[in-house]
Amino acid sequence: MSATADPVPAKERAWRRSAGRALNLLRRHTTAALFVLLVCFVGGIEMIVPGTVTPTWISNIVLFAAPLGILAAGQTLVMLSGGIDLSVASVATASAYLMATHSSLGGVACVLWGLSVGLGVGLINGIGVAVLQVQPLVMTLGTGLMTQGTLIVYSQKMLSNAPRVPSFIQSLGSGKVLGGIPIDLILWAPIALVVVIGLRRTGFGRLLYAVGDNREACQLSGVRVWQVLLTDYVLCGLLAAVAGLVIVGGTNAADMSLAEVYLLPSVAAVIIGGTSIFGGRGGYAGSIVGALILTVLNSLLTLLDAPEPIRQILYGTIILILAAAYTRLTD
Amino acid sequence: MFGGTNGASGSRGSRVPFSHLAAEMTSTEILLAASNVAKRFNSVVALKAAALEVRAGEVHALMGANGAGKSTLVKILTGVFPADGGEIAIRGRERRFRSPAQARQAGVVSVYQDPALVPDLTVAQNLRLARVNAKAVRAWLADLGIPELDLGAFVRDLPYPVLRLIDLARALASDPTILLIDEITAALPADLSERIFGIVRRWRERGRSVIFISHRMAEVSALCDRATVLRDGLTVGVTDTARGSEERIVELMLGYEVAHTAAAGDARIAAEAADRAAPALEVRGLRCGRLLNDVSFAVHAGEVLGIAALEGQGQEELFDCIAGVRERDGGEIIVRGRPQDFRHPADAIGAGLVLVPANRQQAMLPQRSIRENVALPAYRGLRHWGLIDMSAERERVQEAIRRLHIDTRAESALQRLSGGNQQKVMIARWLASEFKTLLCFDPTRGIDIGTKRQIYALLRELAAAGAAVLLFSSELPEIPLVCDRAIVLFAGRVVHEMAAADADEVTLLRASHGLVPQREASA
Amino acid sequence: MTAADQTQSPLETGPRLRGLRRFVHHHPSLVTMPALLAVFLGVTVAIHPGYDSFDAQSLAMGAMPLAFAAAAQAVVLISGGIDLSVGSMIAVCNVLAATTMENATFGESLLFAAGICVVGALLGAVNGLVVVFSRVPDVVVTLTTGFIWGGVALLILERPGGGAPQEFIQLGAGFLVSPWISGSLVLVAAAVAIIWIPVQRGRLGLLLYAVGSDKASAFRSGVNVELTRFLAYVLGGLFSAVGGIGLVMTTGIGSPLAGVYYTLSGLAAAVLGGVSLTGGRGGIVGPVLAAYVLTLIPADLIFLNIDPNFGQVIQGTLIVLVVMGGGLVELLQRRKK
Repeated sequence: MSATADPVPAKERAWRRSAGRALNLLRRHTTAALFVLLVCFVGGIEMIVPGTVTPTWISNIVLFAAPLGILAAGQTLVMLSGGIDLSVASVATASAYLMATHSSLGGVACVLWGLSVGLGVGLINGIGVAVLQVQPLVMTLGTGLMTQGTLIVYSQKMLSNAPRVPSFIQSLGSGKVLGGIPIDLILWAPIALVVVIGLRRTGFGRLLYAVGDNREACQLSGVRVWQVLLTDYVLCGLLAAVAGLVIVGGTNAADMSLAEVYLLPSVAAVIIGGTSIFGGRGGYAGSIVGALILTVLNSLLTLLDAPEPIRQILYGTIILILAAAYTRLTD
Repeated sequence: MFGGTNGASGSRGSRVPFSHLAAEMTSTEILLAASNVAKRFNSVVALKAAALEVRAGEVHALMGANGAGKSTLVKILTGVFPADGGEIAIRGRERRFRSPAQARQAGVVSVYQDPALVPDLTVAQNLRLARVNAKAVRAWLADLGIPELDLGAFVRDLPYPVLRLIDLARALASDPTILLIDEITAALPADLSERIFGIVRRWRERGRSVIFISHRMAEVSALCDRATVLRDGLTVGVTDTARGSEERIVELMLGYEVAHTAAAGDARIAAEAADRAAPALEVRGLRCGRLLNDVSFAVHAGEVLGIAALEGQGQEELFDCIAGVRERDGGEIIVRGRPQDFRHPADAIGAGLVLVPANRQQAMLPQRSIRENVALPAYRGLRHWGLIDMSAERERVQEAIRRLHIDTRAESALQRLSGGNQQKVMIARWLASEFKTLLCFDPTRGIDIGTKRQIYALLRELAAAGAAVLLFSSELPEIPLVCDRAIVLFAGRVVHEMAAADADEVTLLRASHGLVPQREASA
Repeated sequence: MTAADQTQSPLETGPRLRGLRRFVHHHPSLVTMPALLAVFLGVTVAIHPGYDSFDAQSLAMGAMPLAFAAAAQAVVLISGGIDLSVGSMIAVCNVLAATTMENATFGESLLFAAGICVVGALLGAVNGLVVVFSRVPDVVVTLTTGFIWGGVALLILERPGGGAPQEFIQLGAGFLVSPWISGSLVLVAAAVAIIWIPVQRGRLGLLLYAVGSDKASAFRSGVNVELTRFLAYVLGGLFSAVGGIGLVMTTGIGSPLAGVYYTLSGLAAAVLGGVSLTGGRGGIVGPVLAAYVLTLIPADLIFLNIDPNFGQVIQGTLIVLVVMGGGLVELLQRRKK
């Protein structure tokens, strides 16, 4: 039995080999690949409307991306452990509202009030998911509805204490220093640093990945999984609350649907960034780039001056294409 | 690419031409002829040039170490995925299966280790789903000893051995030309295994064929006519199973002369050196669930205690209780003289008891690296949630990997490693953390022989270094090789205890059935 | 001791369930949901003794779109997926109906309704195709397509408006036999009977449950898993279309943003109605009945003179309590074993 003639010609084999190697390189350095994609998008904008990409524009992009990035940080933490948090938008809105209605108490106090929403809802989510083992999708859906409804009732009872956005929050959400550095970046950067290092270099970070990968294996290794998950959802709630404070600082008006538009992007940024929705794989660096990509995308659509419905359709379609491309790449 | 080039040089018996097969060629029809079958998954080559030839009316064993390509070949033959190269001919006609349904139509049906039964449907619905004749299945179930099965019961409510029988009955009812049976005796009691063998023999008399996959050499010699051995994705030999072939098969699988482990000698030396003070682990009157009734024994530091039992005699509950996975219903667990109350595996680990489960899937982190898998228990306590000392961790992990000779080439994710290496990582996990007593539940189930022997050598090493080892093994011949003493569980109780020298297969098997020798050696 | 003393055969399957116990074991939600609905109705009548056919009619009409949203979600959940775009599909079909039927005759409106059902099925088909072929998890896909369909709805109708011929609206708002059996009840029953029952009894139903319960085993049993999942999403789209049309009957107009509520509440009704999030378990009847329970809550609040804005809080809290309670029950059961 001799060797059969190789049906694939040498040239094609070489081409396939280098394509394969390129794909492998992409697979292993997905964050870098994403960054390249971001640059492409920015380049695309410059080509469509020359003169758009200025330092001011870049700083604006970062300004708008920061709240999404902070929201995506919480969502990343939760997705790594195999869950999801659909209450982040409601928590962000409620936190902003609570802060605004207590603004008369002074800076620290009103921020604490805002954060307390994140802590409280995060605790409820954590107890449901970690202790009672409810599925995160349903649990956070319910708490999201609950939070939103409670907020509506609260806003009607609180007619005496009108919400007012304090000036330091306004600067946080829309201000810049040193000729262009957004103040919310000064908040986002340390958070990002802590999250990235925390995920890679701490025991808790390792446990998040481990729990997302195989919960039972963690039990057998002596990990008390409920502790990890409870902390996870509380952290997500707190981060959502922080994001809410930044968002309201940007819009300067605390209304009921403040953060609604951030829910889909918070999930999308994490998925595009390479974290698997089933858990056990991914990281925050990708989510950061994902948040930037989505913000640039939004800016691109605004530039095209298309009517709102068209923008919505295009935004969704592009997210779908990015997510599909990413899944193909890593499968 | 691997189209048709010659196989790896230097390995004996690569690409054996069919004309040189050991068995005599008769004029029997050849039902299945596969040659040059190749398959790769991205960068991993699973099969280079596998060949298999099955005649009509034969029971043909397919053997090989984990990672040799057995399961890949099986999946290709049954249509789960297509081959990258090679030819497969059924009854002389070349076929290319694109789905299990196509393979089934061509008469190739398989019975895998996990029965393909949908849990939330009833048995009858499952049969309808697969378009199988329910009456024929009933008839086969009667032959297999469960004529009264309620076909309207949900699959999720039925015990696992029953599901395997339903799966087998379903396969038989579709009247296959070639029946592929994969490790079916792993979860079944001995008498049921015999019944299945009887059915297999009857099937052979009808002129059909069976491809039989098993790690149990005794079964292969008893049941099969010929055996094809795979190694490293190649067929390295085909032998008759009749003529004292076990050693030859093992040689083919491992590729070198296999020497018997000198473990028996070590066992006696270690036993004398064992610390006779307080036992490392003592169990008194332990009860748990329906199956574990009243178990008492002791394990000392420096010794390996083996447990032998048939399926379902309470051994799973026993290990679960000692490891803290399950709460006991009664009795005591005493560690180094102090009674313990375990609520969670963390409690057991804190007392120095660590578990290596039979099913790797339970303990593995498939997407994480070897390093993360090995280091996992180190972060179980709240005070270890902070920053990791990376260099210290690297040292610990490397040391454990070195001791177990783990192949670290596929670093990225544990799921890319072979089964044997994965199990070694599970053991390495405990080498890197501290422990006093190692609980091994059938750690070498489904692992190739080479890795098995490495693991047993390690267990002896650990015992010699002062650990206590409790080992449950479903393969009786291994017990006297590794253990110092052995106990037998039957009906949830310890019915016999003996030294390694007396723990021969016959005694163990009889005791496993409850047949204890007259002169009782009570614990 | 001999082998005969062996206390436990590994083949023991336990006592065979018969009769009523068997029915309850096989169809738990068909027992619990009617009971729950009866309890809520009882409470409602107790609060408001003057509960008359008009109240029953507004309950039936109010719950109708939610019932269809619940049915849509249930089908997809049973097959092991999830569809977070149900509300948006309802919105698209709703505005499509309101714009096309605005100046149509009764006959034309019926034709348009049929066409919109096809549109709904097509929307579902897109969902199904993307989920199956892109291999992106269904949560992400449908979250995104929901966003896209929302944009489509806004494109068709920017502000609430449009309408439908009176006779068409009467199909839902009127009644034939008795004022207690509103047309909307009949429509829900008819849709379930026409769309779901043949599916459930036929091979497709078997395939849906099989794929939802255990994809791998279904595949090895010869099932075309991808086609099955695709069809589940098509059915979801179909039920959503009916829901959107029903919404025109209920409100008389089309509203592009009406859908948001229905995605989450439809999911809640499905979960309350006994459908498992992991697939393979549950039916359509439970979720439909749960839709009526959920709709009773704001109605009861009005009767109790409580601010109806509390309705959303209570619904959300109800979901949270129900799922937490279910989790607690399972936890305790596992401890006992």
